[in-house]
Amino acid sequence: MGKILIVFAHPAFEKSRVNRQLTRVLASIPDVTLHDLYELYPHGDIDVVAERKRLEEHDVILFQFPLFLFGIPSLLKEWMDLVLVHGWAFGQGGGALRGKLFSCFISTGGSRSSYSRSGANRFTIRELLAPMEQVSNLCRMRFLPPFVVHGTNVITREGIQDAVAGYRVVLQQLAGTTPPQPGDFDEGAYLNDLLETKEGAGHA
Amino acid sequence: MHDGGFLFQAFVYLAAAVVSVPIAKKLGLGSVLGYLVAGIVIGPFALGLIGHEGEGVMEFAEFGIIMMLFLIGLELEPKMIWRLKRSILGMGGMQVAVSALLITAAAMLFGLAWQTGLALGLVLALSSTAIVLQSLQEKGLLKTDGGKNSFSVLLFQDIAIIPILALLPLLAVGGHDAPGHHGGGHHGGAEWLEALPLWGQAATVLGVVAGIVLVGHYLLTPLFGLIARTRLRELFTAAALLLVVGVTILMGMVGLSPALGTFLAGVVLAQSEYRHELETNIEPFKGLLLGLFFIAVGASIDFHVIAASPLLIFQLVLGLMVLKFIVLVLVARIFSMSFDNILLFGFALAQGGEFAFVLFSFGLQNGVFEPALVKPMIAVVAITMGLTPMFLLFNEKVLQPRFGTKEHDDAIDREDVRSGEIEEQGKVIIAGFGRVGSTVGRFMQANDESATYLDIDPDNVDLLRKLGLDVYYGDASRYELLHAAGAEQARLLVIAVDDPEKTVAIARTAMKHFPHLKIIARTAGLGDSHELIGLGVEHIYPETLDTALRIGVDALAMLGHRRYHAVRAMHTFRRHEERHIHELAKLGHDRKELIREAKKRIEDLEELMLAEKRDRHRDKELGWDASGHISDEGHMRE
Repeated sequence: MGKILIVFAHPAFEKSRVNRQLTRVLASIPDVTLHDLYELYPHGDIDVVAERKRLEEHDVILFQFPLFLFGIPSLLKEWMDLVLVHGWAFGQGGGALRGKLFSCFISTGGSRSSYSRSGANRFTIRELLAPMEQVSNLCRMRFLPPFVVHGTNVITREGIQDAVAGYRVVLQQLAGTTPPQPGDFDEGAYLNDLLETKEGAGHA
Repeated sequence: MHDGGFLFQAFVYLAAAVVSVPIAKKLGLGSVLGYLVAGIVIGPFALGLIGHEGEGVMEFAEFGIIMMLFLIGLELEPKMIWRLKRSILGMGGMQVAVSALLITAAAMLFGLAWQTGLALGLVLALSSTAIVLQSLQEKGLLKTDGGKNSFSVLLFQDIAIIPILALLPLLAVGGHDAPGHHGGGHHGGAEWLEALPLWGQAATVLGVVAGIVLVGHYLLTPLFGLIARTRLRELFTAAALLLVVGVTILMGMVGLSPALGTFLAGVVLAQSEYRHELETNIEPFKGLLLGLFFIAVGASIDFHVIAASPLLIFQLVLGLMVLKFIVLVLVARIFSMSFDNILLFGFALAQGGEFAFVLFSFGLQNGVFEPALVKPMIAVVAITMGLTPMFLLFNEKVLQPRFGTKEHDDAIDREDVRSGEIEEQGKVIIAGFGRVGSTVGRFMQANDESATYLDIDPDNVDLLRKLGLDVYYGDASRYELLHAAGAEQARLLVIAVDDPEKTVAIARTAMKHFPHLKIIARTAGLGDSHELIGLGVEHIYPETLDTALRIGVDALAMLGHRRYHAVRAMHTFRRHEERHIHELAKLGHDRKELIREAKKRIEDLEELMLAEKRDRHRDKELGWDASGHISDEGHMRE
């Protein structure tokens, strides 16, 4: 059983369709803490010591955010700059996060096919997440592929409901006794894909 | 024993109320039932502490009903009444007409002449405004569909009294007495009116109604403003009572129902800034008089008459209530109310009303009714009134839980609806509309949050009213005013008054009576901050702290500090300041200890700022902000 911390960064949460519906289900999943950065630190004065303590108390660290200009929202970056520092998270005397599972839960307007060599966005989500992957590596965390909801500008009610269902299952797996491991995934895969193959295997 | 003087009488009534109502409340029966039982107990047929003069008391106590309608008027704006027109005219008209006709038919079956039957029908078709509204209000059911429609029907009935009073004398069978002396205390002055030709009468009545509207609209508000400026509370109370009594007399002079007149006055004043203060002042009088009225109803139930023919009385009570219930259910179905609300509507209105007492004595004097008919009928009406709270209780506790159809809707849909619409008015109450409150208020308004404002300065209120704000005059530390301003429904109370003692008083009242309210308070200094924290108010805002800090930031910046650094230093400083205030509050009132602790705190902060300079080299390791780590280590140490 792992305790999950969702470090959540959305500057306009109240306008979000997808993330509002996603986070609604959290109340019914045990061992998940939603940590809403923009709600807690509207002025950016992050309480570093409290943040460290919070991280140490959890086994799975997830960043959940909408993709802004192919990167993370600014407050999340500020949080990383202040909290994930030398002497604690990495380097001499570091290693506080060693062995924890880490992943990014992303919503984005573009389609999955647009995030490819031949697509309009030219890079895959995995490639765009390279800094995050390396931060995870630096902190000796185990990097899992991202959970991605695509096409959020055109998504239908049913699409949101599917995403919510997938979100719930993935979180339950992450909190379970045999969570997915980095080795379970092909290159370019999402956490969502695991869901389908596992389900497929279950049906077969 | 009956004539033991005024004080003895008052003692008996008050004691009966004080003893019986809490018991009834404790048993979940509601206050109306408590008063009625108290009346029966002290009445001529049990303890005999009051005799038949109870009827005189009833006439006096009917003033409570008049006040109740004034208060209801205050809650209703003309717009709302216009929206209710369909239910007032349609439902009310249908209920009165059908009930009256069926009762007429039943009376004729019993061998009464059709005229007497029709008179009886018209009188018994009316329901009891006092009992229904008081009971529904106590149960919080007035806002439901059933409650609103009950109110509409009662309003129609109140209006219908006027034509019924006019019609009754025409229904006298033989021996047509001249309507020399009208029954009921407030119809006595209408003779001069009858001397006028018909068009003159109509013109007078319309003139009076128009007069109330015009005077209420243009004259009363400035007048109340003048009185409020004297800052004498009792004078305001006197003025409020004067208004109600004055309208009552005026309506009596033109032969209109005083309840209707004060209702109208209430509606006119519903948009005034003195609305809540008026409510606050009239409310206790209304409550007392209405209680008195219910006691009088209880005492007036004539058990000799009942004992003489119990079976007949029982049949009449049952017949009347069943008949009215069926008509009400039919009306409700025609107007497609939901099942739950149909039941509520039916049980609420299936009784005879207090106007029946007035109309019976009026009819008696006009030779419409025989005394032999009126005596048992009065008993029947009183019993049906007494039964109503019990039936409502039965509906609430037995029927609704079993057969009720409370709708459950899909959670996702509800969420969507909620985010799409602006919720009901007045989620925020802002007490004090001075320099602080006005800015808070404007900020709320700029973000589409409507607030209700309370202020003690009539000039201030006047000015803000002109700007179109929802401001009311009054002292927010009083329960009644908070209540009238909607504290039950509100979610948040912002205390922004500049008097520290008042701030604490308001917080006390609010926390005692409205524990669900979140409280945000402006404070002047450490003293009131500590007191508020002691009370359990979490969110306190020393009124000068933020301005001072912003000045500090700009000062640092002008001295050459990087602005971003200055702002972050401000956040640190404020966090410490706030923690400091809370911790000093815990120390209570030991001054020495307080001073020592305060000194230590200043040293701490100094140490902290020095540490920041000293440890600047650590920035290489700790991202760009070593001081962030240190300042919080500072508080970890505690």
